[in-house]
Amino acid sequence: MTTPALLLGHPLASQENARYALLTMSRIRKFEEAVEDLFGRGMMHGTMHLSIGQEASPVGVCMALNLEDQITSTHRGHGHCIAKGADPVRMVAELLGKENGYCGGRGGSMHIADVETGNLGANGIVGGGIPIAVGAALSSQLMKKGTVVISFFGDGAMNEGAFHEAANLASIWKLPVVFICENNGYGMSSSTELAFNLEKLSDRGLGYGIPGITLDGNDVSAVYEATEAAVKRAKSGEGPTLLEFVTYRWKGHSRSDKNLYRTKEEIDEWKTKDPILHFEHVVVERGLLTEADIAEQHRLATEQVIAAVNEAMKGKPADPAGLLDAVFKKVSA
Amino acid sequence: MSDRKLTMSEALREAMSIALDERPEVFILGEDIGIYGGAFGVTGDLYHRYGKERIRDTPISELGIVGTAVGAALSGMRPIVEIQFSDFTAQAMDQIVNQAAKIHFMVGGGLHVPLVLRTASGSGTGAAAQHSQSLEGWFANVPGLKVVIPSSPYEAKGLLLSAIDDPNPVIFLEHKLLYKVAGTEDVPEGAYRIPLGVSRVVREGKDLTVVATGIMVTRVLAAAAELDKEGINITLIDPRTISPLDMEPVYASLAKTGRLMVVQEAPEHGGFINEVIARVVTGPSLGHLIAPVTRLAGMNVPIPYAPQLEKAAVPQVEDIIKQAREVVVNWR
Repeated sequence: MTTPALLLGHPLASQENARYALLTMSRIRKFEEAVEDLFGRGMMHGTMHLSIGQEASPVGVCMALNLEDQITSTHRGHGHCIAKGADPVRMVAELLGKENGYCGGRGGSMHIADVETGNLGANGIVGGGIPIAVGAALSSQLMKKGTVVISFFGDGAMNEGAFHEAANLASIWKLPVVFICENNGYGMSSSTELAFNLEKLSDRGLGYGIPGITLDGNDVSAVYEATEAAVKRAKSGEGPTLLEFVTYRWKGHSRSDKNLYRTKEEIDEWKTKDPILHFEHVVVERGLLTEADIAEQHRLATEQVIAAVNEAMKGKPADPAGLLDAVFKKVSA
Repeated sequence: MSDRKLTMSEALREAMSIALDERPEVFILGEDIGIYGGAFGVTGDLYHRYGKERIRDTPISELGIVGTAVGAALSGMRPIVEIQFSDFTAQAMDQIVNQAAKIHFMVGGGLHVPLVLRTASGSGTGAAAQHSQSLEGWFANVPGLKVVIPSSPYEAKGLLLSAIDDPNPVIFLEHKLLYKVAGTEDVPEGAYRIPLGVSRVVREGKDLTVVATGIMVTRVLAAAAELDKEGINITLIDPRTISPLDMEPVYASLAKTGRLMVVQEAPEHGGFINEVIARVVTGPSLGHLIAPVTRLAGMNVPIPYAPQLEKAAVPQVEDIIKQAREVVVNWR
C-alpha cells in the first residue's frame, strides 16, 4: 500500500486539500484505534500513548511544511509520524517488533524516526526532543538550508528544564524553529490547573522574547494558519514562535490509565469538540465536500490502515543476533 | 623537525583548529569558550581565528547546550561541546545518556550523532567536591558512548582528531592537572590520528603489569622510575579509550609478568578498573596470574577541599610505589 503524498497548503484551500486533511486526520484515528485493538487482543506488548482527539494538530502543522522541513515528536507521536508522511506499514511493524519496522524492533512506539520525511524522532523523555529541535534549527541556520524545524511537545514538557534552556537558546540565536505545545489538559494525571499558575501556557514565551499564541487545537484550519505564519517568521530569520494548541486526549495517558483523575462527563464534553467532526461541518457548510466525499475519506483511511496492519503482520520478527552491532555507527574507512 | 613540546591545552587547540579547517561542519559550543578562551584556556584564540558562529559562546545551560549539539549532529553538523567541568555533565545527563547515546540504536540506524563532548575532569586544584570528579565509569556504563581519556599532549591531539571523525558520540575527559604541563614527546604540527579502542603499551617491564589512564599514567611513570632503582620493572598500559576497551595488550603482558595492578583516580566502588579485573579473571589471563590482583583507586568519598585531604583521597605516586612494591615482593 502507498502513503499519500504530502500536501502543502490551507486545509480549506481546495477540494483536494480538504480531502487530504480529512483523510490524514482519519488515518491517524484509525491507526490509533487499530493499535488499541492490537493491544487489547494481546498482539502488541510494551505500552502505547494514543492521540485520539488530537488529530488536528499534526495535520494542520504538517500541511504548512515542506518535505525538507523537520520535526521532533513525543511519546504520543503516531499522529506526527503519519502527518509528516511516514509509512504506516513500517510503523505497525515496529510496534509488532518486526525486522521491517522503522527501528528494526529496537525502539517501538516511542522511538519512531523517519529521516526521509524529516522526522528526527519521537522521544520517550518528556521535553527531550525540544533541545534537539533547536540543534537541528541551528544546523539549518549554519548550513543555510532555508528549512524550519517543528518541536512538538505536550503541556507537561513545559515544566521541564529542557524547554526553558532550549527556548532561550533558540531565541538569542533567532533560530528557525517553531515550538508547538499540544496542551491536552494533562501530564499523565496532573491537570494543567495543578501544574501551572498560568491561564495561557503560551505566555511562557514572553520570558524568552518569543511571541506566544494560544488557539483552538481542534480546528485544523486555525492550526494551519498559525503554523504557516510562524514558519514564515522562522524562515525569514526572525526567530522562534511558541504556539499552544488547546486540545484533549480522549484515551488514557497509556494503557495503565484508569482515568481516576477526570470525569466521564469531561471526556464526553470534549468528544463534542471532535476535530474531525468539526472539520466535516466546516467543509460541508462551505460546499467543499459532500457527505459522500467525507464517507469516502473514512473508507479509504480504514482500508489503508487495515492493509498496513495485514502487511506488517507478515514481517519477520526482529532478530537478537544483530543487537551488538547496532549500538555504534560503523566508522567508515 | 624542531622541538615541539606542547601543553595538553595547546595540543587540543591544534586538533580543533585542524578539524575546523578540514571540515566546514565542525563547530564548537560551550560556556565562555569565545573571547574568554575557555575556563581552562583550551579554546584560546580560536574565537578570533574562526569567528563567533563556529566558536559559539552559550548561556549557562548545559542541558540545552548538549541537546542543541545532539540536534545539530543529527542534521549534518559535527559539534564539539565543551563542558567546563565534568561535574556539570550531571546537568546534561538526559541529553548525553538518553538521547545522544541511544538515538542511533533506538531508531534503527537511520540517524547518528557525531558529537564530541570535551570536559575537564579530576581533582588536584582545590576546587572541592562539585568541580573535581572523575566520572568516566558513569559514561562507560552507557552503551552507545565512547569514552576517551588522554594522558599526554601527543595522545590528546591524535585522539581528539579521531573522536571528531567518529560518527558516534564521544565523551572526551581531560584531566585538568595535565592542561598546563608540557609533554615529553614532540607533538607533530600537522594532523595525525590515534584510533579509538586501541590500548598503548607505555613502557615495558618484567615484574608487574599496571593499567592506568589520564593523570594516573603520569603518576605510574614516576613510580616506575623509582621502582626501577629497586630492580622492580613495570609494564604500563594506557587503554586510552575505556569504552570500547582493548584488553589484548593487557593479556599479552600478563603472560609475561603474571602480576596485575590497576589504578584510577575515581572512587573504587563501581569503577572502570573493576571491569579490567573482571576481564582478566574471567578471561585468558587467569592462568597466567602468579599474584593476587591488586587495585588502587580514589577513596569512596566526595573530593574534599583542604590540600592534605584532597591528596589523601586519590592515589599519589608514593601510594603507587608502595602497593606495586608489595605485590611484587610478596609474590616473588
